Amino acid sequence: MKVLFKIWRQEGYSEKGKLHDYEVDGLTEDMSFLEALDHLNELLVLKGEKVIAFEYDCREGICGQCGVFINGRAHGPHNNITTCQLHMRSFKDGDTIIVEPWRATSFPVIKDLMVDRSALDRIIENGAYISSKTGTAPEANAIPIPKELADRAMDAAACIGCGACVATCKNASAALFTSAKINHLNNLPQGKAEQHRRVKEMTFQMDKEGFGSCTFTGACEVECPEGISILNIAEMNGRRIKAELRD
Amino acid sequence: MNLNAKIPTGPLEQKWQNYQLKSQLINPANKKKLKVIVVGSGLAGAGAASTLAELGYDIDCFCYQDSARRAHSVAAQGGINAAKNYQHDGDSVYRMFYDTLKGGDFRSREANTYRLAELSAPLIDHYVQQGVPFAREYGGTLVNRSFGGVQVQRTFYARGQTGQQLLLAAYSQLYKMVKAKKVTMHPRTEMLDLVVIDGKAKGIIVRDLVSGELKKFAADAVVLATGGYSRVFRLSTLAIGCNGSAIWKAHKRGAFFGAPSFTQIHPTALPQTSEAQSKLTLMSESLRNDGRIWVPKTTNEDRKANDIPEQERDYYLERRYPSFGNLAPRDIASRAAKERIDAGFGVGRLKNAVYLDFKHAIEKFGLETIKDRYGNLFKMYKKITGIDAYLEPMQISPAAHFSMGGLWVDYELMTTIPGLYAIGECNFSDHGANRLGANSLLQASVDGYFILPNTINNYLAKEIKENHPDISHPKFEEAEKEIRQQIQKIMAIRGTKTVDHFHRELGKVMWNNCAMSRSKKGLEEAIKEIKQIREGFWEDVKITGSADELNPELEKALRLADFIELGLLMCTDALERKESCGAHFREEFQTEDGEALRMDEDYSFVSAWEFEKGNFRLHKEKLEFEFVKPSVRSYK
Repeated sequence: MKVLFKIWRQEGYSEKGKLHDYEVDGLTEDMSFLEALDHLNELLVLKGEKVIAFEYDCREGICGQCGVFINGRAHGPHNNITTCQLHMRSFKDGDTIIVEPWRATSFPVIKDLMVDRSALDRIIENGAYISSKTGTAPEANAIPIPKELADRAMDAAACIGCGACVATCKNASAALFTSAKINHLNNLPQGKAEQHRRVKEMTFQMDKEGFGSCTFTGACEVECPEGISILNIAEMNGRRIKAELRD
Repeated sequence: MNLNAKIPTGPLEQKWQNYQLKSQLINPANKKKLKVIVVGSGLAGAGAASTLAELGYDIDCFCYQDSARRAHSVAAQGGINAAKNYQHDGDSVYRMFYDTLKGGDFRSREANTYRLAELSAPLIDHYVQQGVPFAREYGGTLVNRSFGGVQVQRTFYARGQTGQQLLLAAYSQLYKMVKAKKVTMHPRTEMLDLVVIDGKAKGIIVRDLVSGELKKFAADAVVLATGGYSRVFRLSTLAIGCNGSAIWKAHKRGAFFGAPSFTQIHPTALPQTSEAQSKLTLMSESLRNDGRIWVPKTTNEDRKANDIPEQERDYYLERRYPSFGNLAPRDIASRAAKERIDAGFGVGRLKNAVYLDFKHAIEKFGLETIKDRYGNLFKMYKKITGIDAYLEPMQISPAAHFSMGGLWVDYELMTTIPGLYAIGECNFSDHGANRLGANSLLQASVDGYFILPNTINNYLAKEIKENHPDISHPKFEEAEKEIRQQIQKIMAIRGTKTVDHFHRELGKVMWNNCAMSRSKKGLEEAIKEIKQIREGFWEDVKITGSADELNPELEKALRLADFIELGLLMCTDALERKESCGAHFREEFQTEDGEALRMDEDYSFVSAWEFEKGNFRLHKEKLEFEFVKPSVRSYK
């Protein structure tokens, strides 16, 4: 199959970027979207041009490193998948495919389709852990955790940190990402001791990084590869008010 | 050189304790003065970096990804083993030790393997305390499931995302120490060389993958936690960026390489569909708990799977291995699949797959139960293949997966270069010639959290009195210059073929000759071919862009240059080992019914290879079995 890629090229953060056209032939429906970009890059090398920089690693939908805007949607035309899980069978022969990096003030472009998501790491740095040192743990079955609770924690903990929620949000809000981590830990008995401090510090950092506010459009949960629910955001807001009232 | 594994004295169950009693300690005030480099941020690397930082050391941690949370431990699906005996089914540390030793076909050290089993139970405690949402019973206790090569249920899991949940716990703990300013994280940074001063590891040279700048880092000890090297086959279940460069550079600086040819081919990955494919996705071994593997009884079968009646299906694992059935260990399950596919019974468009069928499980347990156990795996299967595996069987195929081989380490996890440690998948230690499922997350974690932080002090205690290394030392200049020259050389070739072209060539040679089945003729041929690929690569590779910028092609080229050399060593090792054991199957050495034929008399040793001016020299660490008598490994 043959498609026309319109791909964002940008040398660096302070350079200006623009869309470039690449007509690519010889693609097959079995190819993943990223393999199509690999194919294009090989053609570019043979032509003596610089390759397009884009992110990937595991290519099985779990590491969260890949992620681009495809025809105006984070991770492409389907709900709840990563870019690496998108296949060319989702497009038709002759299609035009526009590929852009995540757009958010807190995710500056590094090069072409790569952005800097270290703001998410800094949110984690501010309380997304249980402050127990290695070697201090009690017997694993000493604290029973009902299945429903463990499942709820797991639903939230499944976040892969790809940033699609931020990229798709008109406010570039990181509320889904932050709430998922808070609710994962705060729902578990082990996370209770630091629950209030955790909510305050993580949301403080989220705001400090320049992410926008959540206005509950629900766009994030449509694109989230793990299907994390926006109910998490409501839960986080509740926890935040509770934590602040305690002061 | 005499290889000393430094195994402590005493009975098996007291060795680790005896070691710790005699190991030197460092007082907290002195720990602050010591700097340790950790390369890699997966379970082993993040575990070690955070724990060493908690103990007071000053840590620099490096990863090539944009964040530590991407490390490939994240992709492990099925679970983590621990001898908790929560299921009251006869499990114990000793049984787990024996299963692991036998699973590895008696090619690992007793003392190391026992310690792995011994530390498994406290590791589960640790992860629960760190907030890992493991699967639970309604009453709140932890659930277990079965894995290959084992007859008890000792695998703990978090849906089909166990690796992710453990890694995120390790990552959180690591960033807690970043916040505490005890760890400096260097993401998007790749180690390109090791600096050895007066015979000791004292630092590394890295490339900043964004700016292209080369940087020097000095430390009192260097820990490599860089994972496996199965991308040498190109198509594998590993992440695209996984590579063997850090351990290869260490090898070239003097670290011996242990059992390089011991690589595991996983039986249940998705089959290759095209030449352009970059990756083979793994479907967790846990699926073999309830899925049944079969092929049609006749070749050239054109009917759809569901149209083939029961009596015309060959459940070949159940037929050949009645006592373990579909839960035979990975090496055996992969070889059995290869045997059926080669004999013409393969299924799928390219006839390169076998069926993994859930029909009976769904009938027996109901759709909801199967969804609860494997829902996300079925979802993933559908995303990738477009097929609903609740309605028709999955098609699976063997794929390169895990490296049992790696840098040779002693009981302290130290390589043959003093001050250089290798932990997790990048070392050769506990798994022998084949790793059991759900032992990988375990080994990486135990190495990082529990073992290294208790052995590194034994070395560092002596280093306190020494001068702390400094990057102004001429050895740093020298190493940086060598790397700079290598990069210039590679950039200057300006040939006609892409890096991926050469990687595909290498992958084919390795897959055909050094994977599930190996022979003298094939390996000798492979060595010749790899040398030709090496020549071709250094004459004709084409890289665009420059070295002073973010350049993905240059990154790939540098990794491939090392993979080519590593491929040569793997074939050399496989050729030298004239026996079959675990995943190493030499066609010349098999029993009448096609099982591996071990040659204990001649080969009960760990191959440790020394790099000698472009050649490889073999050293042997004899395996002493003091407590267990190696038996013929049978799963029938």
